[in-house]
Amino acid sequence: MPVTTIAERDIHIDSEGYLTDFDEWDEDLACDLASQIGIELTDAHWQVIRFLRADYRAQGQTPTLRRVTVVGGIPTKTLFGLFPTKPAKKMAYIAGLPKPQGCV
Amino acid sequence: MTTTQEAPALVPRFDDERTDRKLAIICSKGSLDMAYPGLVLANAALGEGVETHMFFTFWGFDMITKARMNDLKFTPLGNPATHLPQGLGGIPGITALATAKMKRQIADVGVPPVPDFLLQIVASGGHLWACRMSADMMQLEADDLFEQVEGIISAADFIEKTDGAQLLFI
Repeated sequence: MPVTTIAERDIHIDSEGYLTDFDEWDEDLACDLASQIGIELTDAHWQVIRFLRADYRAQGQTPTLRRVTVVGGIPTKTLFGLFPTKPAKKMAYIAGLPKPQGCV
Repeated sequence: MTTTQEAPALVPRFDDERTDRKLAIICSKGSLDMAYPGLVLANAALGEGVETHMFFTFWGFDMITKARMNDLKFTPLGNPATHLPQGLGGIPGITALATAKMKRQIADVGVPPVPDFLLQIVASGGHLWACRMSADMMQLEADDLFEQVEGIISAADFIEKTDGAQLLFI
């Protein structure tokens, strides 16, 4: 399994770069991951990231964009604003989770 | 002492610079089962940053007609893919039963009903277009249509809008 170094930390990742170990992530790493993809985290971003982490822990899988809206309460348009172009993937990456597998 | 060069971190490629990809989905069917492929793919494309247009024509017009969009139906009749005896399809009540079952199956996987799905698609940046000819044929106007439909356009307008787009006909 590939390992990459971000901000002097070694993290396990899959072939695309998403984290594979849930416990290797922390909020400091999130800031580094976000800056790797050109995003600066605001409170609004954190609300999403914390929901993702909690929901992953509860459900065992990364929530889809729809779930973040319906269960997490953050409007879809807002998500596209915070994580432009590919919101579901960017959110998952910054939150240290696998890409969502669900279709909707 | 040797100094090791740190390799650049492996980061997923999100291809933010590439903004030219475009998808157009023509929805020409009005049954419940045939409404979903277009919706699911439009939603997926939008989630990948693809500019997406949906064009509703003929029976697909029902997907955006206020009076019908909540009431699309599914029947096993004429559809041997259901593996049910065809005679069953003709029995009164079977369409309602099959529709209810399909709606349940769709809801069980967390997929929304057609109107909610269209709202999500528009919130994600998708464009909904109604076919001029279908509007004329069915004598419907903009007021009869889902509020999020951007306009009633002709076939020529559609061809202009989808210059360079990948096309999907359902």
